[in-house]
Amino acid sequence: MCTTCGCGPGDVTVEGEHPHHGHQHDHGHGHVHEHAHEHGHGHQHSAAPEHSHAPGVSNTRMVQIEQDILSKNNAYAAHNRQVLSEQGIFTLNLVSSPGSGKTTLLCKTITLLAGQAVAVIEGDQQTSQDAERIRATGAPAIQINTGKGCHLDAHMVGHAMEKLHLQDGSLLMIENVGNLVCPAAFDLGEAHKVVILSVTEGEDKPIKYPDMFRAASVMLLNKVDLLPHLNYDVSAAIGFARRVNPNIRVIQLSATSGEGMQEWLEFLREGVRKAVSLRRETVASLQARIAQLEAQLQRPMA
Amino acid sequence: MHEMSLAEGVLQLLEDAARQQKFEKVITVWLEIGQLSGVEVEAMAFCFDAVTRDSVAQGARLEIVVLPGVGWCMECSQSVPMSEVFGECPHCGGFQMQVTGGTEMRVKELEVA
Repeated sequence: MCTTCGCGPGDVTVEGEHPHHGHQHDHGHGHVHEHAHEHGHGHQHSAAPEHSHAPGVSNTRMVQIEQDILSKNNAYAAHNRQVLSEQGIFTLNLVSSPGSGKTTLLCKTITLLAGQAVAVIEGDQQTSQDAERIRATGAPAIQINTGKGCHLDAHMVGHAMEKLHLQDGSLLMIENVGNLVCPAAFDLGEAHKVVILSVTEGEDKPIKYPDMFRAASVMLLNKVDLLPHLNYDVSAAIGFARRVNPNIRVIQLSATSGEGMQEWLEFLREGVRKAVSLRRETVASLQARIAQLEAQLQRPMA
Repeated sequence: MHEMSLAEGVLQLLEDAARQQKFEKVITVWLEIGQLSGVEVEAMAFCFDAVTRDSVAQGARLEIVVLPGVGWCMECSQSVPMSEVFGECPHCGGFQMQVTGGTEMRVKELEVA
């Protein structure tokens, strides 16, 4: 849905669902309304007294809105994040330009993480080829076709999550539409955005598309097995990324040769461990609270 | 960067407000757009006209207030103006900068009838 790509609303399909007609936010799915963060906008509007704002115009009044333009998306994202944390799921939003090797990296990652439950949401404008490639590894995957849309939004991802029946303690990888521009602004409810840059692209991509590299917390420099054949300056690429985002973590790897994969897998395992232990702590504190309340109930009235 | 989606986001906020605040027509919309938000102001205005056709905000005037970019330079330990997200510190020339302001994309207020 962007002027740069000429994309427009509509045409979004999540595998196994009927296509949404018209604008994807207009239809009334239940989970939207029960969302805790979609509060009733009560705080936004002071009961502004009616006053004439411009001479000659009467009966107009001012309304305070003070709301972020992406607040709808952010509310869906917060809901997704809550669902994911309740299930102890570690979620990554993988972003890159087309052809950086995301799907190959995902397939390899799933194979190497044997024993760890992994689920994948695939975003592409058309076709379910990527989801089929992932399913061939044995992991559940669902394809979202954004039609003319250039990015996934939190609403589409929420639907896909429902369809996937995610296992507690799993790793969820969301492969965003290949695009280094628009997905930067759309929170999907992930723990981290991971940007994938391959060494067959220019070193200066981080400063050409700074929003994405600033939004990401990890950069994977992929296809490093090809470095001997290329004139690619790795330290320049990392330097550009750090210039945009001084805190970005960089992992150099190759899905094909396996180089650097251990560091990536360890990052994933650590993320899952943290998500699971956070959930365990939450459950434990809720159980403690229930026990406390039950003890109070059983106490004789004074 | 994706002004059409953003313009649709603005329209949704306007339609929600119209239901809750019971107004029929939006006359003016004030947006606050940060200099570092990646939003093209002209594209935004163009898309706003397109998406508000046949809506409560048809023909509304769009006023865009551009908020300046601000960053924190870790070398100098102070706030400095920034014109690009990868800009350098005007004092020390370093790039150890964290953006602290100028990424806003907000609907501030409306004039309605």
